[in-house]
Amino acid sequence: MAMNYSPLVMEHFTNPRNVGEIENADGVGEVGNAKCGDIMKIYLKIDDEIITDVKFKTFGCASAIATSSIATELIKGKPVSEALELTNKAVVEALGGLPAVKIHCSVLAEEAVKAAVKDYYDKNGIEYDAEMFKESSCDHCCHAE
Amino acid sequence: MQVYADNAATAKISEHALSEMIKYYSDEYQNPSSLHAFGQAAADALTDARERIAKCLGCHPQGIIFTSGGSEADNQAIISAAKLGARKNKKHIISTAIEHHAVLHTLDALKKQGYEITLLPVSKEGLVTAEQVRDAIREDTCLVSVMFANNEIGTVQPIAEIGAVCREKKVLFHTDAVQAVGHMEVDIEKMNIDMLSLSAHKFHGPKGVGALYCKRGIVLEPLIAGGAQERGKRAGTENLPAIMGMAAALDDSVAHLPEYTARVSSIRDKIIDALSTIPYSFLNGSREHRLPNNVNMCFEGIEGESLLLMLDMFGIAASSGSACTSGSLDPSHVLLAIGLPHEIAHGSLRLSFSEYSTEEEADYIIEKVPGVVERLRQMSPVWEKMMKENN
Repeated sequence: MAMNYSPLVMEHFTNPRNVGEIENADGVGEVGNAKCGDIMKIYLKIDDEIITDVKFKTFGCASAIATSSIATELIKGKPVSEALELTNKAVVEALGGLPAVKIHCSVLAEEAVKAAVKDYYDKNGIEYDAEMFKESSCDHCCHAE
Repeated sequence: MQVYADNAATAKISEHALSEMIKYYSDEYQNPSSLHAFGQAAADALTDARERIAKCLGCHPQGIIFTSGGSEADNQAIISAAKLGARKNKKHIISTAIEHHAVLHTLDALKKQGYEITLLPVSKEGLVTAEQVRDAIREDTCLVSVMFANNEIGTVQPIAEIGAVCREKKVLFHTDAVQAVGHMEVDIEKMNIDMLSLSAHKFHGPKGVGALYCKRGIVLEPLIAGGAQERGKRAGTENLPAIMGMAAALDDSVAHLPEYTARVSSIRDKIIDALSTIPYSFLNGSREHRLPNNVNMCFEGIEGESLLLMLDMFGIAASSGSACTSGSLDPSHVLLAIGLPHEIAHGSLRLSFSEYSTEEEADYIIEKVPGVVERLRQMSPVWEKMMKENN
């Protein structure tokens, strides 16, 4: 294999946590595009500002699946405000590292979580600082290499 | 079960080729350029290998230059033809959009030196026609280079017809036959081929050795300066063990060609038929004009690297044209050239077989692939969307 994945990446790829959809989710975020080869979709169930359930679906390589999986683990049971603080760096660290050409997958994971929270805020008329949700275009992820 | 289905990348060396190599490393290790009796024995062995390889390819032995492999042969053929063309003020080269990078990148370099390159588009099966070549040939065309069979999608081009057009138009014709030699009939004289590249490790020979055939009268440009080996066209002490291994492997492949083709194409067809029953799946390349050992399929809604890694966990070694596996941004240029949209090209799977592939391996692949595709689809938002749109 061209890629040198950490054992933890392979573990999350092989046994991804929280795969699926949530019906009537409180927030749904989808980022990436199929042209680039990665799409992540994250569903959130939120009660009293706590993420009580989270599911994901991902189209992409092993690292895209692993970063989605670990991101859902990192935010499950956490307050929404904490989920918003999830960085791609934290995702990479939690996975024990990613090959350089796959860092963009961790960026997508961070963005997917943020997009889902933004959707939750929008649906519930909660005010937020738009600066926090600056969408990076696919150009960004594809040219990260 | 371990199934090696990536023989288009490289194949296992045959026992016969390996024993030849060992012989020429340990017992008859001398330099063919030496004048002593040992050296002359080595020179005789080299001549013998050249003659046997020429016989397998239907060409004269003096036309064979030994190289380090297919890429070197492609480079030397194209650069030589380009230099010859430039002397006559002919600086136009015709090739196809689906060539190997050894050809495409050499052409890119020539383009920067002022050559004009026409890359012919291919049909959705990956075919070019002799008519396309005829229409593209100009007064200043110095070379047509069309690969014999594609390494990714297995499409076999109408080489004899293209060769005939080139001969009629008096334009040099080169073919990169790396995937074809040892897997199907390749007859240089009969197919009107002026230059041909081959690589030994694709037909159970050793790695790091190949050959360039070049017809009489074409002056090859040496890529490596040095001694007078290979009639001054390729300097450096000949890699005799590898060359002897290559000759042994090619002899065996050509001798067994009819049985091999029948057996391996039945494995291929069984897999294509079985995997085509997976919904939203299709074969890439031509069903009819196809290498006997190549399967290339797309499974919509999933991505190739994930597919490969999951198959790898079941012991199945395959390949994909997805961007993630190539280390580049785009999926394979071949899949894009046959008109696949990026998102579908990302989900391709290539399985390639060899002399050593078995029915049991085919059955195992047929058993495992559908489950892996299904598992990835269940995780895929693209698949989810496709299903919603279709219901």
